Amino acid sequence: MNLETLDDALRPALFEYLLRLGDDALILGHRLSEWCGHGPYLEEDIALANLALDCLGHAEALLTLAGEVEGQGRTADDLAFLRDAYDFRNVQLVELPRGDFAFTIVRQFLYATYACLLYKALQQSAFEPLAGIAAKAHKEMQYHLRHSSEWMRCLGDGTEESHRRAQSALDELWMYTGELFEVDDTLRTLTEARIAPDMATLQPKWREQVETVLREATLTVPEDPPYMATGGRHGHHTEHLGHLLAEMQFLQRAYPGAQW
Amino acid sequence: MKDEALLEVEFQARIDADEKIEPKDWMPERYRRQLIRMMSQHAHSEIVGMLPEGNWITRAPTLRRKMALLAKVQDEAGHGLYLYSATETLGVDRYQLIRDLLEGRAKYSNIFNYPTLTWADVGVIGWFVDGAAIVNQTMLAKTSYGPYSRAMIRICKEEAFHKRQGYEICVTLARGTPEQRRMLQDAINRWWWPTLMMFGPPDDQSPNSPELLRWKVKRKTNDELRQHFVNITVPQVLALGMTIPDPDLRYDEKTGNWLIGPIDWDEFWRVIRGHGPCNRERLQARRKAHEEGAWVREAVQAYARKRQQQAASTAAEVSHG
Repeated sequence: MNLETLDDALRPALFEYLLRLGDDALILGHRLSEWCGHGPYLEEDIALANLALDCLGHAEALLTLAGEVEGQGRTADDLAFLRDAYDFRNVQLVELPRGDFAFTIVRQFLYATYACLLYKALQQSAFEPLAGIAAKAHKEMQYHLRHSSEWMRCLGDGTEESHRRAQSALDELWMYTGELFEVDDTLRTLTEARIAPDMATLQPKWREQVETVLREATLTVPEDPPYMATGGRHGHHTEHLGHLLAEMQFLQRAYPGAQW
Repeated sequence: MKDEALLEVEFQARIDADEKIEPKDWMPERYRRQLIRMMSQHAHSEIVGMLPEGNWITRAPTLRRKMALLAKVQDEAGHGLYLYSATETLGVDRYQLIRDLLEGRAKYSNIFNYPTLTWADVGVIGWFVDGAAIVNQTMLAKTSYGPYSRAMIRICKEEAFHKRQGYEICVTLARGTPEQRRMLQDAINRWWWPTLMMFGPPDDQSPNSPELLRWKVKRKTNDELRQHFVNITVPQVLALGMTIPDPDLRYDEKTGNWLIGPIDWDEFWRVIRGHGPCNRERLQARRKAHEEGAWVREAVQAYARKRQQQAASTAAEVSHG
């Protein structure tokens, strides 16, 4: 199905789902872009900017589609720059401050492993425009996964300090990984309509792939914490997102209606 | 072995015949030194230049602008890398050059010691600063040293794209709200004079120029390049309905030149000596990135060593097995 043949009853759930995908990419891309000019060396400045550009490109495509599905005339920019934090649908994982290089790499690795599985599955989505975006995004996220996996091995099996930093980032981030696979009514509706994949089948694969790389990196898989962070998919975020948006949305908010 | 004087005569003859000098060719020591100085300053300028514009990546007003700005700053990192490599053909090490920058021994373009205060600065930097860089680099694309010339040809293409992007931001602001026009005029006022200073001191105060011209490292004087830039840019500013912050500016019918008033060279020399608005901040930001990246670079080396040892022991097993 496409935009014309889409069942109206599915629109609200699909809009919601596209926001989740688009906001994940947007907020992660924003965090990655903060590295520009501040990386550990020039080659990595260039690489991190590439990752950021990929994510922002996915965000633009997904949020544009979200606006079209919603049918209220909102553009990707309207959605990115004119919503408050409680209307954002990204997982908390992507909004956490960039931290040190280890934190950024571990987060990128955990997310890219998830995104590769997700976008691969989404290429089979019954909603054709989404399947099209997923095909391009999957190709790019595979590069993110290769890049971050190689860094995981290097940091984990590099020096004592790099190992310690990577392990500590992993321990800190683990409680934010549960959200990636949460299932609610929105997702159930779309899985039934064969628009979204069944997350329950993706989670064990994610776990297996993550554990393989962690083993190669001589890192320890953290124990599941007593509390897994939750809420992002319903607009309940960490304190960090508000600050991120205050910065990102500043011009659009300060000069309402201006063209840029 | 030929004596130095004869070699120099032959060298100058090659230059006069517009031949390119390549890394393995004989060259006077001063020629080599001058090129290392210019090329490494150029590389440092690309790297330090990432900071003022990078300041606006997280606040760019639309997704398209955000991506374009990020890609632009990324290009600058690429130019820096490319220029450091070209400089290495003269027998210096990139990490030594970077140490010189971080320890305050090397110079970089003065223009990056000024702050980016509004979004209009991003547009005006693309338009003015990249525009000035293009004027300078179009000349340097014909420089006598082969690797520098080739680097410039490649870099110029990307700079032209950056300039168009910057100008387009400014056109959008000029056609926008009164607040946006005010923002644009303010940015023009602040960047105009520092941009004109980018071409270096006037010809009669430029100690390196005669030598560089004779060796065709440079092919035009600072004042010639500056005038060329002024002639291109003044009509563009006026076309947007903006003004140039120079009460003495006038058009000279006879020469077709836009004549500018006096440049404040005291400011130029003061900023070069480290006393501009952002000199300290820029170097601190570079140092911070370098220091915070130290453990990463150590990890890369340690990991590479381990892989090598592993490969060596595997190879040994195979050959004994």
